[in-house]
Amino acid sequence: MYNHTVARLTYRALLGRRRVLILIALPALLLTISLAVRLIGGSDDGAAVEVLGGFALASMVPLIGVVAGTGAIAPEIDDGSIVYLLAKPLPRRTIILTKLTVAIAVTVAFTTAPILVSGLILNGNSQGIASAYTVAAAVAAVAYSAIFLLLGTVSRNAVVFGLIYALVWEALLGSTLPGVRTLSVQQWSLSLAEGIAASGADVTSDVALPLALVLLVAATVLGTWYSIRRLTALTVTGDG
Amino acid sequence: MSTGTDARIHNIGYRNYTGERLGISYARRALFTHSLRGSFGLGRSARSKVLPMGLFAIMMAPAVVMVAIAAFVGLDELPIEYTSYALFMQPIVGLYVALAAPQMVSLDLRFKVTPLYFSRPIERRDYVVAKYAALCCAIFLFVALPLVLAYVGGLLADLGFAEQTRGFAQGMALSVLFALLHAALALWVASLTPRRGFGVAAVIGVLTIPYFAVTALQAVAYEQGSENAVGWIGLFSPGSLIDGIQSSFLDGRSGYPYEQTPTDGAGFALLAMAILVTVVCYLLLGRRYRKAGL
Repeated sequence: MYNHTVARLTYRALLGRRRVLILIALPALLLTISLAVRLIGGSDDGAAVEVLGGFALASMVPLIGVVAGTGAIAPEIDDGSIVYLLAKPLPRRTIILTKLTVAIAVTVAFTTAPILVSGLILNGNSQGIASAYTVAAAVAAVAYSAIFLLLGTVSRNAVVFGLIYALVWEALLGSTLPGVRTLSVQQWSLSLAEGIAASGADVTSDVALPLALVLLVAATVLGTWYSIRRLTALTVTGDG
Repeated sequence: MSTGTDARIHNIGYRNYTGERLGISYARRALFTHSLRGSFGLGRSARSKVLPMGLFAIMMAPAVVMVAIAAFVGLDELPIEYTSYALFMQPIVGLYVALAAPQMVSLDLRFKVTPLYFSRPIERRDYVVAKYAALCCAIFLFVALPLVLAYVGGLLADLGFAEQTRGFAQGMALSVLFALLHAALALWVASLTPRRGFGVAAVIGVLTIPYFAVTALQAVAYEQGSENAVGWIGLFSPGSLIDGIQSSFLDGRSGYPYEQTPTDGAGFALLAMAILVTVVCYLLLGRRYRKAGL
Protein backbone atom coordinates (compact mmCIF):
# COMPACT_ATOMS: atom_id res chain seq x y z
CA MET A 1 0.00 0.00 0.00
CA TYR A 2 2.95 2.33 0.57
CA ASN A 3 6.33 2.15 -1.07
CA HIS A 4 9.27 4.08 0.26
CA THR A 5 11.13 4.35 -3.03
CA VAL A 6 8.10 5.72 -4.87
CA ALA A 7 7.54 8.14 -2.01
CA ARG A 8 11.15 9.31 -2.12
CA LEU A 9 10.99 9.87 -5.88
CA THR A 10 7.75 11.81 -5.55
CA TYR A 11 9.07 13.98 -2.75
CA ARG A 12 12.09 14.76 -4.86
CA ALA A 13 9.91 15.69 -7.85
CA LEU A 14 7.67 17.92 -5.71
CA LEU A 15 10.27 19.62 -3.57
CA GLY A 16 13.04 19.83 -6.12
CA ARG A 17 13.88 22.66 -8.45
CA ARG A 18 11.52 25.54 -9.02
CA ARG A 19 8.31 23.85 -7.92
CA VAL A 20 9.25 24.35 -4.30
CA LEU A 21 9.52 28.09 -4.90
CA ILE A 22 5.75 28.34 -5.47
CA LEU A 23 5.16 26.18 -2.43
CA ILE A 24 7.25 28.53 -0.30
CA ALA A 25 6.21 31.83 -1.92
CA LEU A 26 2.52 31.51 -1.06
CA PRO A 27 2.94 30.83 2.68
CA ALA A 28 5.60 33.56 2.82
CA LEU A 29 3.13 36.01 1.29
CA LEU A 30 0.45 34.97 3.79
CA LEU A 31 2.79 35.52 6.73
CA THR A 32 3.92 38.91 5.37
CA ILE A 33 0.31 40.04 4.97
CA SER A 34 -0.60 38.85 8.46
CA LEU A 35 2.36 40.66 9.99
CA ALA A 36 1.51 43.85 8.10
CA VAL A 37 -2.15 43.73 9.13
CA ARG A 38 -1.28 43.08 12.77
CA LEU A 39 1.36 45.82 12.93
CA ILE A 40 -0.81 48.44 11.22
CA GLY A 41 -4.28 47.59 12.44
CA GLY A 42 -3.72 45.66 15.67
CA SER A 43 -5.46 42.46 16.71
CA ASP A 44 -8.87 42.16 15.03
CA ASP A 45 -11.09 39.10 14.56
CA GLY A 46 -12.76 40.49 11.43
CA ALA A 47 -9.34 41.01 9.80
CA ALA A 48 -8.31 37.47 10.74
CA VAL A 49 -11.41 35.99 9.08
CA GLU A 50 -10.85 38.19 6.01
CA VAL A 51 -7.20 37.22 5.55
CA LEU A 52 -7.50 33.53 6.45
CA GLY A 53 -10.83 32.96 4.67
CA GLY A 54 -10.48 35.39 1.77
CA PHE A 55 -6.86 34.72 0.93
CA ALA A 56 -5.52 31.60 2.64
CA LEU A 57 -8.41 29.16 2.26
CA ALA A 58 -9.81 30.65 -0.96
CA SER A 59 -6.61 30.89 -3.00
CA MET A 60 -3.54 29.54 -1.20
CA VAL A 61 -4.87 26.07 -0.33
CA PRO A 62 -6.31 25.27 -3.81
CA LEU A 63 -3.19 26.57 -5.59
CA ILE A 64 -0.83 24.55 -3.41
CA GLY A 65 -3.21 21.61 -3.91
CA VAL A 66 -2.95 22.00 -7.70
CA VAL A 67 0.84 22.22 -7.61
CA ALA A 68 1.29 19.23 -5.30
CA GLY A 69 -1.61 17.08 -6.58
CA THR A 70 -0.88 17.32 -10.28
CA GLY A 71 2.87 17.62 -9.74
CA ALA A 72 2.94 14.22 -8.01
CA ILE A 73 2.07 12.31 -11.17
CA ALA A 74 1.32 14.47 -14.23
CA PRO A 75 4.93 15.31 -15.28
CA GLU A 76 5.86 11.61 -15.20
CA ILE A 77 2.93 10.65 -17.39
CA ASP A 78 3.66 13.63 -19.63
CA ASP A 79 7.31 12.80 -20.33
CA GLY A 80 6.71 9.05 -20.37
CA SER A 81 9.01 8.17 -17.47
CA ILE A 82 6.03 6.66 -15.62
CA VAL A 83 6.78 3.58 -17.76
CA TYR A 84 9.87 2.80 -15.68
CA LEU A 85 7.76 2.90 -12.53
CA LEU A 86 4.98 0.77 -14.01
CA ALA A 87 7.48 -1.82 -15.22
CA LYS A 88 8.51 -2.57 -11.63
CA PRO A 89 6.74 -5.43 -9.82
CA LEU A 90 4.52 -3.05 -7.86
CA PRO A 91 0.73 -3.00 -7.82
CA ARG A 92 -0.39 0.19 -9.54
CA ARG A 93 -2.69 0.74 -6.58
CA THR A 94 0.40 1.14 -4.41
CA ILE A 95 1.86 3.72 -6.77
CA ILE A 96 -1.28 5.88 -6.65
CA LEU A 97 -1.76 5.52 -2.90
CA THR A 98 1.87 6.38 -2.23
CA LYS A 99 1.77 9.40 -4.51
CA LEU A 100 -1.50 10.52 -2.93
CA THR A 101 0.00 10.19 0.55
CA VAL A 102 2.98 12.30 -0.49
CA ALA A 103 0.77 14.92 -2.17
CA ILE A 104 -1.42 15.14 0.95
CA ALA A 105 1.62 15.38 3.22
CA VAL A 106 3.13 18.20 1.14
CA THR A 107 -0.15 20.12 0.83
CA VAL A 108 -0.96 19.78 4.54
CA ALA A 109 2.55 20.78 5.58
CA PHE A 110 2.67 23.85 3.34
CA THR A 111 -0.87 25.07 4.21
CA THR A 112 -1.71 24.25 7.83
CA ALA A 113 1.52 25.46 9.43
CA PRO A 114 1.49 28.93 7.83
CA ILE A 115 -2.26 29.32 8.43
CA LEU A 116 -1.89 28.45 12.13
CA VAL A 117 1.09 30.79 12.54
CA SER A 118 -0.56 33.68 10.72
CA GLY A 119 -3.78 33.09 12.69
CA LEU A 120 -1.77 33.39 15.89
CA ILE A 121 -0.09 36.54 14.58
CA LEU A 122 -3.41 38.08 13.54
CA ASN A 123 -5.44 37.59 16.70
CA GLY A 124 -3.76 34.98 18.91
CA ASN A 125 -6.41 32.32 18.20
CA SER A 126 -9.17 34.42 19.75
CA GLN A 127 -12.58 32.75 19.19
CA GLY A 128 -10.72 29.72 17.85
CA ILE A 129 -10.44 31.31 14.40
CA ALA A 130 -6.85 30.17 13.80
CA SER A 131 -7.48 26.57 14.81
CA ALA A 132 -10.77 26.46 12.85
CA TYR A 133 -9.05 27.52 9.61
CA THR A 134 -6.12 25.20 10.26
CA VAL A 135 -8.43 22.17 10.52
CA ALA A 136 -10.38 23.35 7.46
CA ALA A 137 -7.14 23.69 5.49
CA ALA A 138 -6.00 20.20 6.50
CA VAL A 139 -9.28 18.62 5.43
CA ALA A 140 -9.42 20.63 2.21
CA ALA A 141 -5.82 19.62 1.47
CA VAL A 142 -6.77 15.93 1.54
CA ALA A 143 -9.73 16.41 -0.81
CA TYR A 144 -7.84 18.74 -3.19
CA SER A 145 -4.90 16.32 -3.40
CA ALA A 146 -7.17 13.41 -4.35
CA ILE A 147 -9.09 15.48 -6.92
CA PHE A 148 -6.02 17.02 -8.55
CA LEU A 149 -4.12 13.72 -8.57
CA LEU A 150 -7.08 12.30 -10.48
CA LEU A 151 -6.89 15.21 -12.92
CA GLY A 152 -3.20 14.44 -13.38
CA THR A 153 -4.02 10.90 -14.50
CA VAL A 154 -6.95 11.94 -16.70
CA SER A 155 -5.70 14.91 -18.68
CA ARG A 156 -2.51 16.34 -20.07
CA ASN A 157 -3.73 19.82 -19.23
CA ALA A 158 -4.20 18.85 -15.59
CA VAL A 159 -2.82 22.14 -14.25
CA VAL A 160 -5.17 24.17 -16.42
CA PHE A 161 -8.23 22.15 -15.46
CA GLY A 162 -7.22 22.25 -11.81
CA LEU A 163 -6.95 26.03 -12.00
CA ILE A 164 -10.27 26.25 -13.84
CA TYR A 165 -11.89 24.33 -11.00
CA ALA A 166 -10.22 26.42 -8.32
CA LEU A 167 -10.76 29.82 -9.95
CA VAL A 168 -13.79 29.62 -12.21
CA TRP A 169 -15.88 27.08 -10.38
CA GLU A 170 -15.16 28.03 -6.78
CA ALA A 171 -14.46 31.74 -7.15
CA LEU A 172 -16.51 33.02 -10.11
CA LEU A 173 -19.51 30.70 -10.26
CA GLY A 174 -19.48 30.18 -6.49
CA SER A 175 -19.99 33.90 -5.96
CA THR A 176 -22.88 34.21 -8.43
CA LEU A 177 -24.72 30.87 -8.35
CA PRO A 178 -25.47 29.69 -4.78
CA GLY A 179 -26.01 26.10 -5.91
CA VAL A 180 -22.40 25.80 -7.04
CA ARG A 181 -21.27 26.39 -3.46
CA THR A 182 -22.76 23.04 -2.45
CA LEU A 183 -20.23 21.40 -4.77
CA SER A 184 -17.13 23.21 -3.64
CA VAL A 185 -14.34 21.78 -1.50
CA GLN A 186 -13.78 25.23 -0.04
CA GLN A 187 -17.34 25.41 1.32
CA TRP A 188 -17.21 21.86 2.68
CA SER A 189 -14.09 22.64 4.65
CA LEU A 190 -15.52 26.01 5.73
CA SER A 191 -18.46 24.16 7.21
CA LEU A 192 -16.00 22.33 9.43
CA ALA A 193 -14.39 25.64 10.38
CA GLU A 194 -17.83 27.05 11.22
CA GLY A 195 -18.35 24.17 13.65
CA ILE A 196 -15.01 24.73 15.38
CA ALA A 197 -14.87 28.53 15.60
CA ALA A 198 -16.80 30.34 18.32
CA SER A 199 -20.31 31.34 17.23
CA GLY A 200 -19.41 35.06 17.44
CA ALA A 201 -16.74 34.72 14.76
CA ASP A 202 -17.99 35.48 11.28
CA VAL A 203 -17.10 32.09 9.78
CA THR A 204 -20.00 30.83 7.69
CA SER A 205 -20.55 28.10 5.15
CA ASP A 206 -23.46 27.28 2.85
CA VAL A 207 -23.25 23.56 3.47
CA ALA A 208 -24.48 21.75 6.59
CA LEU A 209 -21.76 19.90 8.52
CA PRO A 210 -22.97 16.27 8.05
CA LEU A 211 -23.46 16.76 4.32
CA ALA A 212 -20.05 18.45 4.04
CA LEU A 213 -18.33 15.53 5.76
CA VAL A 214 -20.05 12.98 3.52
CA LEU A 215 -19.14 14.96 0.38
CA LEU A 216 -15.52 15.41 1.49
CA VAL A 217 -15.08 11.68 2.10
CA ALA A 218 -16.93 10.81 -1.10
CA ALA A 219 -14.80 13.16 -3.22
CA THR A 220 -11.56 11.83 -1.74
CA VAL A 221 -12.48 8.14 -2.03
CA LEU A 222 -14.00 8.40 -5.50
CA GLY A 223 -11.09 10.49 -6.75
CA THR A 224 -8.55 7.98 -5.45
CA TRP A 225 -10.51 4.99 -6.76
CA TYR A 226 -10.82 6.44 -10.24
CA SER A 227 -7.16 7.46 -10.45
CA ILE A 228 -6.23 3.87 -9.54
CA ARG A 229 -8.49 2.69 -12.35
CA ARG A 230 -6.95 5.17 -14.77
CA LEU A 231 -3.43 4.09 -13.96
CA THR A 232 -4.40 0.41 -14.17
CA ALA A 233 -5.81 1.00 -17.63
CA LEU A 234 -2.76 2.96 -18.81
CA THR A 235 -0.97 0.93 -21.46
CA VAL A 236 2.80 0.91 -21.26
CA THR A 237 3.27 0.61 -24.98
CA GLY A 238 0.80 3.38 -25.82
CA ASP A 239 1.78 6.95 -26.52
CA GLY A 240 0.79 7.66 -22.87
CA MET B 1 47.66 9.87 -61.49
CA SER B 2 45.17 12.53 -62.28
CA THR B 3 46.73 15.52 -63.90
CA GLY B 4 43.90 17.84 -62.99
CA THR B 5 42.76 18.44 -66.51
CA ASP B 6 39.73 16.18 -66.28
CA ALA B 7 38.85 17.27 -62.72
CA ARG B 8 35.54 19.09 -62.66
CA ILE B 9 32.71 19.80 -60.37
CA HIS B 10 29.53 18.03 -61.30
CA ASN B 11 26.46 20.14 -61.48
CA ILE B 12 24.06 18.07 -59.41
CA GLY B 13 21.19 20.42 -59.81
CA TYR B 14 21.30 22.78 -56.81
CA ARG B 15 19.57 25.95 -57.76
CA ASN B 16 19.54 29.41 -56.31
CA TYR B 17 16.35 30.96 -55.09
CA THR B 18 15.22 33.27 -57.84
CA GLY B 19 11.79 34.17 -56.49
CA GLU B 20 10.80 37.41 -54.88
CA ARG B 21 12.48 38.29 -51.55
CA LEU B 22 9.71 39.47 -49.29
CA GLY B 23 11.93 41.18 -46.74
CA ILE B 24 11.86 41.97 -43.05
CA SER B 25 8.46 43.58 -42.85
CA TYR B 26 6.84 40.51 -44.39
CA ALA B 27 8.60 38.24 -41.88
CA ARG B 28 7.47 40.45 -39.00
CA ARG B 29 3.90 40.43 -40.26
CA ALA B 30 3.98 36.66 -40.76
CA LEU B 31 5.25 36.10 -37.22
CA PHE B 32 2.56 38.43 -35.89
CA THR B 33 -0.35 36.77 -37.73
CA HIS B 34 0.96 33.29 -36.95
CA SER B 35 1.12 34.11 -33.23
CA LEU B 36 -2.27 35.84 -33.22
CA ARG B 37 -3.96 32.93 -35.00
CA GLY B 38 -2.25 30.45 -32.69
CA SER B 39 -3.59 32.19 -29.62
CA PHE B 40 -7.13 31.34 -30.70
CA GLY B 41 -6.15 27.83 -31.79
CA LEU B 42 -6.47 28.62 -35.53
CA GLY B 43 -4.04 26.61 -37.57
CA ARG B 44 -3.52 24.19 -34.70
CA SER B 45 -5.10 20.83 -33.91
CA ALA B 46 -8.78 20.56 -33.00
CA ARG B 47 -7.81 19.76 -29.41
CA SER B 48 -5.96 23.05 -29.09
CA LYS B 49 -9.01 24.95 -30.29
CA VAL B 50 -11.26 23.64 -27.52
CA LEU B 51 -9.94 25.75 -24.63
CA PRO B 52 -9.50 29.17 -26.28
CA MET B 53 -12.74 28.91 -28.23
CA GLY B 54 -14.60 27.55 -25.20
CA LEU B 55 -13.34 30.39 -23.02
CA PHE B 56 -14.26 32.90 -25.72
CA ALA B 57 -17.80 31.45 -25.88
CA ILE B 58 -18.11 31.77 -22.09
CA MET B 59 -16.80 35.33 -22.38
CA MET B 60 -19.46 36.23 -24.96
CA ALA B 61 -22.35 34.55 -23.13
CA PRO B 62 -23.11 37.29 -20.56
CA ALA B 63 -23.12 39.93 -23.32
CA VAL B 64 -25.72 37.98 -25.31
CA VAL B 65 -27.81 37.31 -22.20
CA MET B 66 -27.70 40.91 -21.01
CA VAL B 67 -28.73 42.31 -24.38
CA ALA B 68 -31.59 39.81 -24.48
CA ILE B 69 -32.71 40.79 -20.97
CA ALA B 70 -32.43 44.50 -21.73
CA ALA B 71 -34.51 44.04 -24.87
CA PHE B 72 -37.25 41.85 -23.46
CA VAL B 73 -37.61 43.31 -19.97
CA GLY B 74 -37.23 46.85 -21.29
CA LEU B 75 -34.36 48.13 -19.13
CA ASP B 76 -33.02 51.58 -19.97
CA GLU B 77 -29.37 50.54 -19.44
CA LEU B 78 -27.33 47.33 -19.62
CA PRO B 79 -27.06 45.37 -16.34
CA ILE B 80 -23.22 45.26 -16.54
CA GLU B 81 -21.37 48.46 -17.45
CA TYR B 82 -18.95 48.39 -20.38
CA THR B 83 -16.02 49.23 -18.12
CA SER B 84 -16.82 46.50 -15.56
CA TYR B 85 -17.32 43.70 -18.07
CA ALA B 86 -13.70 42.51 -18.25
CA LEU B 87 -13.37 42.76 -14.48
CA PHE B 88 -16.60 40.83 -13.95
CA MET B 89 -15.24 38.06 -16.19
CA GLN B 90 -11.73 38.32 -14.79
CA PRO B 91 -11.19 34.61 -13.99
CA ILE B 92 -12.06 33.73 -17.60
CA VAL B 93 -9.82 36.45 -19.04
CA GLY B 94 -7.05 35.42 -16.64
CA LEU B 95 -7.26 31.81 -17.80
CA TYR B 96 -7.20 32.89 -21.43
CA VAL B 97 -4.14 35.09 -20.88
CA ALA B 98 -2.44 32.24 -19.02
CA LEU B 99 -3.10 29.86 -21.92
CA ALA B 100 -2.21 32.27 -24.71
CA ALA B 101 1.04 33.73 -23.37
CA PRO B 102 2.98 30.47 -22.85
CA GLN B 103 1.56 29.14 -26.13
CA MET B 104 3.30 32.05 -27.92
CA VAL B 105 6.77 31.71 -26.47
CA SER B 106 7.30 28.43 -24.61
CA LEU B 107 7.26 26.07 -27.59
CA ASP B 108 9.91 28.14 -29.38
CA LEU B 109 12.07 27.96 -26.25
CA ARG B 110 11.41 24.29 -25.55
CA PHE B 111 12.31 23.06 -29.01
CA LYS B 112 15.10 25.61 -29.31
CA VAL B 113 13.87 27.12 -32.57
CA THR B 114 14.54 30.74 -31.60
CA PRO B 115 18.03 30.60 -33.18
CA LEU B 116 16.31 29.61 -36.43
CA TYR B 117 14.11 32.70 -36.23
CA PHE B 118 17.13 34.89 -35.66
CA SER B 119 18.99 33.40 -38.64
CA ARG B 120 16.26 34.99 -40.81
CA PRO B 121 16.27 38.69 -41.61
CA ILE B 122 14.31 39.52 -38.45
CA GLU B 123 16.14 40.57 -35.30
CA ARG B 124 15.53 39.88 -31.67
CA ARG B 125 13.66 43.13 -31.23
CA ASP B 126 11.33 42.23 -34.10
CA TYR B 127 10.56 38.89 -32.51
CA VAL B 128 9.68 40.52 -29.18
CA VAL B 129 7.63 43.26 -30.85
CA ALA B 130 5.70 40.75 -32.99
CA LYS B 131 4.93 38.46 -30.06
CA TYR B 132 3.93 41.34 -27.78
CA ALA B 133 1.74 42.94 -30.45
CA ALA B 134 0.08 39.59 -31.18
CA LEU B 135 -0.70 38.92 -27.52
CA CYS B 136 -2.00 42.50 -27.07
CA CYS B 137 -4.30 42.03 -30.06
CA ALA B 138 -5.46 38.62 -28.86
CA ILE B 139 -6.33 39.90 -25.37
CA PHE B 140 -7.91 43.05 -26.79
CA LEU B 141 -10.13 41.01 -29.14
CA PHE B 142 -11.02 38.65 -26.31
CA VAL B 143 -12.07 41.53 -24.04
CA ALA B 144 -13.49 43.96 -26.60
CA LEU B 145 -15.59 41.74 -28.90
CA PRO B 146 -18.22 41.07 -26.19
CA LEU B 147 -18.42 44.86 -25.71
CA VAL B 148 -18.97 45.36 -29.44
CA LEU B 149 -21.75 42.77 -29.32
CA ALA B 150 -23.31 44.44 -26.28
CA TYR B 151 -23.04 47.87 -27.95
CA VAL B 152 -24.67 46.74 -31.20
CA GLY B 153 -27.34 44.91 -29.23
CA GLY B 154 -27.85 47.92 -26.98
CA LEU B 155 -28.32 50.22 -29.98
CA LEU B 156 -30.75 47.80 -31.63
CA ALA B 157 -32.67 47.60 -28.34
CA ASP B 158 -32.87 51.40 -28.43
CA LEU B 159 -31.09 52.15 -25.15
CA GLY B 160 -30.07 55.69 -26.08
CA PHE B 161 -27.31 56.41 -28.59
CA ALA B 162 -25.31 59.09 -26.76
CA GLU B 163 -25.13 57.26 -23.46
CA GLN B 164 -24.30 53.90 -25.04
CA THR B 165 -21.60 55.36 -27.26
CA ARG B 166 -20.00 57.13 -24.32
CA GLY B 167 -19.97 53.95 -22.21
CA PHE B 168 -18.70 51.93 -25.16
CA ALA B 169 -15.83 54.35 -25.82
CA GLN B 170 -14.82 54.18 -22.15
CA GLY B 171 -15.00 50.39 -22.29
CA MET B 172 -12.74 50.35 -25.38
CA ALA B 173 -10.20 52.66 -23.72
CA LEU B 174 -10.08 50.37 -20.70
CA SER B 175 -9.75 47.30 -22.94
CA VAL B 176 -6.67 48.80 -24.61
CA LEU B 177 -5.04 49.49 -21.26
CA PHE B 178 -6.05 46.06 -19.99
CA ALA B 179 -4.52 44.33 -23.01
CA LEU B 180 -1.25 46.31 -22.92
CA LEU B 181 -0.72 45.67 -19.20
CA HIS B 182 -1.69 42.00 -19.14
CA ALA B 183 0.18 41.13 -22.33
CA ALA B 184 3.45 42.63 -21.07
CA LEU B 185 3.20 40.97 -17.67
CA ALA B 186 2.07 37.56 -18.92
CA LEU B 187 4.50 37.38 -21.83
CA TRP B 188 7.47 38.23 -19.63
CA VAL B 189 6.49 35.60 -17.03
CA ALA B 190 5.83 33.00 -19.74
CA SER B 191 9.16 33.67 -21.46
CA LEU B 192 11.06 32.65 -18.33
CA THR B 193 10.24 28.95 -18.64
CA PRO B 194 10.33 26.55 -21.60
CA ARG B 195 7.67 24.34 -19.97
CA ARG B 196 4.15 25.25 -21.02
CA GLY B 197 2.36 23.83 -17.98
CA PHE B 198 4.67 25.64 -15.65
CA GLY B 199 4.18 28.86 -17.62
CA VAL B 200 0.39 28.56 -17.40
CA ALA B 201 0.56 28.06 -13.65
CA ALA B 202 3.03 30.91 -13.22
CA VAL B 203 0.92 33.41 -15.18
CA ILE B 204 -2.24 32.40 -13.28
CA GLY B 205 -0.30 32.76 -10.06
CA VAL B 206 1.01 36.23 -10.90
CA LEU B 207 -2.47 37.41 -11.89
CA THR B 208 -4.57 35.90 -9.11
CA ILE B 209 -2.52 35.55 -5.93
CA PRO B 210 -1.80 39.29 -5.57
CA TYR B 211 -5.45 39.98 -6.44
CA PHE B 212 -6.79 37.76 -3.66
CA ALA B 213 -4.26 39.22 -1.23
CA VAL B 214 -5.10 42.81 -2.23
CA THR B 215 -8.85 42.23 -1.95
CA ALA B 216 -8.51 40.71 1.53
CA LEU B 217 -6.27 43.59 2.64
CA GLN B 218 -8.65 46.21 1.22
CA ALA B 219 -11.54 44.69 3.15
CA VAL B 220 -9.45 44.76 6.33
CA ALA B 221 -8.40 48.38 5.72
CA TYR B 222 -12.00 49.47 5.16
CA GLU B 223 -13.30 47.71 8.25
CA GLN B 224 -10.59 49.29 10.37
CA GLY B 225 -11.73 52.73 9.26
CA SER B 226 -8.95 53.74 6.84
CA GLU B 227 -11.01 54.11 3.65
CA ASN B 228 -8.32 56.16 1.93
CA ALA B 229 -5.85 53.27 2.13
CA VAL B 230 -8.11 51.07 -0.02
CA GLY B 231 -7.05 52.74 -3.29
CA TRP B 232 -3.37 52.68 -2.39
CA ILE B 233 -3.48 48.96 -1.57
CA GLY B 234 -4.90 48.49 -5.08
CA LEU B 235 -1.44 49.30 -6.48
CA PHE B 236 -0.24 45.79 -5.81
CA SER B 237 -2.15 43.60 -8.27
CA PRO B 238 -2.91 43.94 -12.01
CA GLY B 239 -6.63 43.30 -11.51
CA SER B 240 -7.05 45.96 -8.84
CA LEU B 241 -4.97 48.44 -10.90
CA ILE B 242 -7.43 48.18 -13.80
CA ASP B 243 -10.40 48.27 -11.43
CA GLY B 244 -9.16 51.40 -9.68
CA ILE B 245 -8.41 53.14 -12.99
CA GLN B 246 -11.87 52.49 -14.39
CA SER B 247 -13.61 53.78 -11.26
CA SER B 248 -11.31 56.86 -11.00
CA PHE B 249 -11.19 57.98 -14.62
CA LEU B 250 -13.95 56.23 -16.60
CA ASP B 251 -16.93 56.68 -14.23
CA GLY B 252 -17.14 52.93 -13.66
CA ARG B 253 -18.57 51.32 -10.58
CA SER B 254 -15.74 50.24 -8.28
CA GLY B 255 -15.21 46.53 -7.76
CA TYR B 256 -13.25 47.17 -4.57
CA PRO B 257 -14.73 45.94 -1.29
CA TYR B 258 -17.73 48.12 -0.29
CA GLU B 259 -17.46 49.86 -3.70
CA GLN B 260 -14.79 52.24 -2.46
CA THR B 261 -13.55 54.62 -5.16
CA PRO B 262 -9.82 55.48 -4.88
CA THR B 263 -8.94 59.03 -3.84
CA ASP B 264 -7.67 61.38 -6.60
CA GLY B 265 -4.04 60.88 -5.59
CA ALA B 266 -4.44 57.12 -5.48
CA GLY B 267 -6.18 57.19 -8.88
CA PHE B 268 -3.22 58.88 -10.56
CA ALA B 269 -0.84 56.57 -8.71
CA LEU B 270 -2.78 53.56 -10.06
CA LEU B 271 -2.53 54.87 -13.62
CA ALA B 272 1.19 55.60 -13.23
CA MET B 273 1.77 52.15 -11.74
CA ALA B 274 -0.08 50.44 -14.62
CA ILE B 275 2.09 52.27 -17.17
CA LEU B 276 5.24 51.56 -15.17
CA VAL B 277 4.50 47.83 -14.88
CA THR B 278 3.78 47.61 -18.62
CA VAL B 279 7.01 49.38 -19.59
CA VAL B 280 9.20 47.51 -17.10
CA CYS B 281 7.82 44.11 -18.10
CA TYR B 282 8.30 44.94 -21.78
CA LEU B 283 11.92 45.97 -21.18
CA LEU B 284 12.54 42.81 -19.14
CA LEU B 285 11.06 40.78 -21.99
CA GLY B 286 13.43 42.41 -24.45
CA ARG B 287 16.32 41.70 -22.07
CA ARG B 288 15.27 38.05 -21.84
CA TYR B 289 15.76 37.62 -25.58
CA ARG B 290 19.11 39.37 -25.72
CA LYS B 291 21.02 36.27 -24.63
CA ALA B 292 22.52 34.34 -27.53
CA GLY B 293 21.75 30.69 -26.81
CA LEU B 294 18.60 31.22 -24.73
